[in-house]
Amino acid sequence: MHEMSVALALVDQVAEAARADGRERALAVHVQIGELAGVVGDALDFAFELAREGTPLEGARLVVETVPARARCRDCAGEFAVGAPPDLTCRGCGGTNVELLSGRELRITAVEWADGPAYAASAGQKG
Amino acid sequence: MCRTHELRLALLARNDGSATELREELAARGTVVVNLLSSPGSGKTALLEAELTRARERGLAVAALTADLATENDATRLARSGVPVKQVLTDGLCHLEASMLRGQLDGWLPDGTRLVFVENVGNLVCPASYDLGERLRVALMSVTEGEDKPLKYPTAFGLANLVVVTKADLAAAAEFDEAAFLLNVRRVNPGVEVLFTSARKGQGVGELLDRAVAVAEGAEPHRPVMADEPVQHTGCTDAHGDEHDDGQGHGHSRDHGHGHGHSHDHTHDRGDGHRHSHGRTNGREHGQETDPVAAPSRPRPNLAVGELS
Repeated sequence: MHEMSVALALVDQVAEAARADGRERALAVHVQIGELAGVVGDALDFAFELAREGTPLEGARLVVETVPARARCRDCAGEFAVGAPPDLTCRGCGGTNVELLSGRELRITAVEWADGPAYAASAGQKG
Repeated sequence: MCRTHELRLALLARNDGSATELREELAARGTVVVNLLSSPGSGKTALLEAELTRARERGLAVAALTADLATENDATRLARSGVPVKQVLTDGLCHLEASMLRGQLDGWLPDGTRLVFVENVGNLVCPASYDLGERLRVALMSVTEGEDKPLKYPTAFGLANLVVVTKADLAAAAEFDEAAFLLNVRRVNPGVEVLFTSARKGQGVGELLDRAVAVAEGAEPHRPVMADEPVQHTGCTDAHGDEHDDGQGHGHSRDHGHGHGHSHDHTHDRGDGHRHSHGRTNGREHGQETDPVAAPSRPRPNLAVGELS
C-alpha cells in the first residue's frame, strides 16, 4: 500500500504549487501512471481521498491516465507493446537488446484550479 | 470556471532526489549500498547472515541494516556475524524511503565501511518503487515461491541489477523449473545475472558479496531495461517556473545518468492495466522492548505516513 505515500507526495506537490501560484483550490489533478510503474490506480484513488483532506485539494478529482508500456528493439528497430505480464523480448526478432519507450511514468501532468480565468487547452488529456 | 496548468512533476521526485544525494555522499565516503528486496520468508536473512560472516572472514568492512514492521529478530540473527547491524522498525510502513535510510545511517555507519547491506521490508511491491541511494539492487526469491514470480512482481525483478535464488537445495522437492524461471527473468529483465544459492548447504555463498565488492571497486552494475525511464522531468513547463524544482531533483530513479529524449508517442487510450495486488500492511505492533543490538529507531518518513500506509 505504498500508494498512500505516493498520494501524500502528490498532495504535497500540488499544495506547494498552489502556494507558489496563489491558488486556493484544485478541482482536479491529472496524473499519468505507467503500466510498469508499480502503482495501482484504484489504490491511489482511495489513498488520494484520504490524503487530500484539509488541503487545497479537498474535494478535487484524481484523473488517472494509464500509460501502456511500449518498447523498441535496437536490433530490428521494431516497436511493440510490452504487455501484461510484461515481456521485453522483441516480438519481431526475439532479441533482448531493447529499450523501454513508455510505461514507467508516475507523474502529475496537470492541475485544474478553481479560481483561474479560463480552461486551458492542455486539459485535453484525460484518462 | 477553472484553469489548467500543466505540471510535469515526477511523483516520487522527492525520494529520487534524496536517493541521488545519499548515493553521491556515500560514494564520496567510499561506501556502496546494496538494497535487498524479497518476499517475507524467502531466506534473505539466512543468506545475508552467511554473506556477512564471509565478509568478516575476509576482513571486509561491511555493515547491515534490516527493516521490519516489527521485532528485532532479524538484527539479532544478523548480529551473529559480528559486523555492525542495525534494526529499523518501520511501524507498519511497507517500504523504506531514501530519507529514512539516511536518518538511520547518520551517526551510526562506521567510517571506512565499504558495503552496507539493506534488508528492505519483506515485500516485493512497495519497496520496488523507492530508490534508496543504492548502487546494487538485488531481488531475491526462494525456489519454493514459483517460477512465475518475476512476472507477478515485474517492478521488483525488472529493476534489479542482480537476481538471487535462495534455498536452491530445495529445488527438486519444490519441483522448481529452472529453465522456465530463467525465461521469466529474461522477459522482465533481459541480461540480468542470476545467482543460485543455498545458505544451508553453502552453495553460492560469497557470490553476492563478490558482486557487491566488484561494484564498490568501480564495476558498473547491470542496467535493467526497465530502468530506462522515458523522461520523468520534474519542474514545470508553465509559468510556475523553477519554483517546483526546489532540489527535488531529477526524475531518474537510478543513478545511471541516462538522459534519453524519447518522444512521448504513446497512445493515450487507457490500457487494461496490469494490476499486481498486494495486501495492506496496516500492522502497527511494536517490537519488544529488549535491545539486543543497536537500538532500533522508528523512522518518521518525510511524509508522515506511518499510520496510514
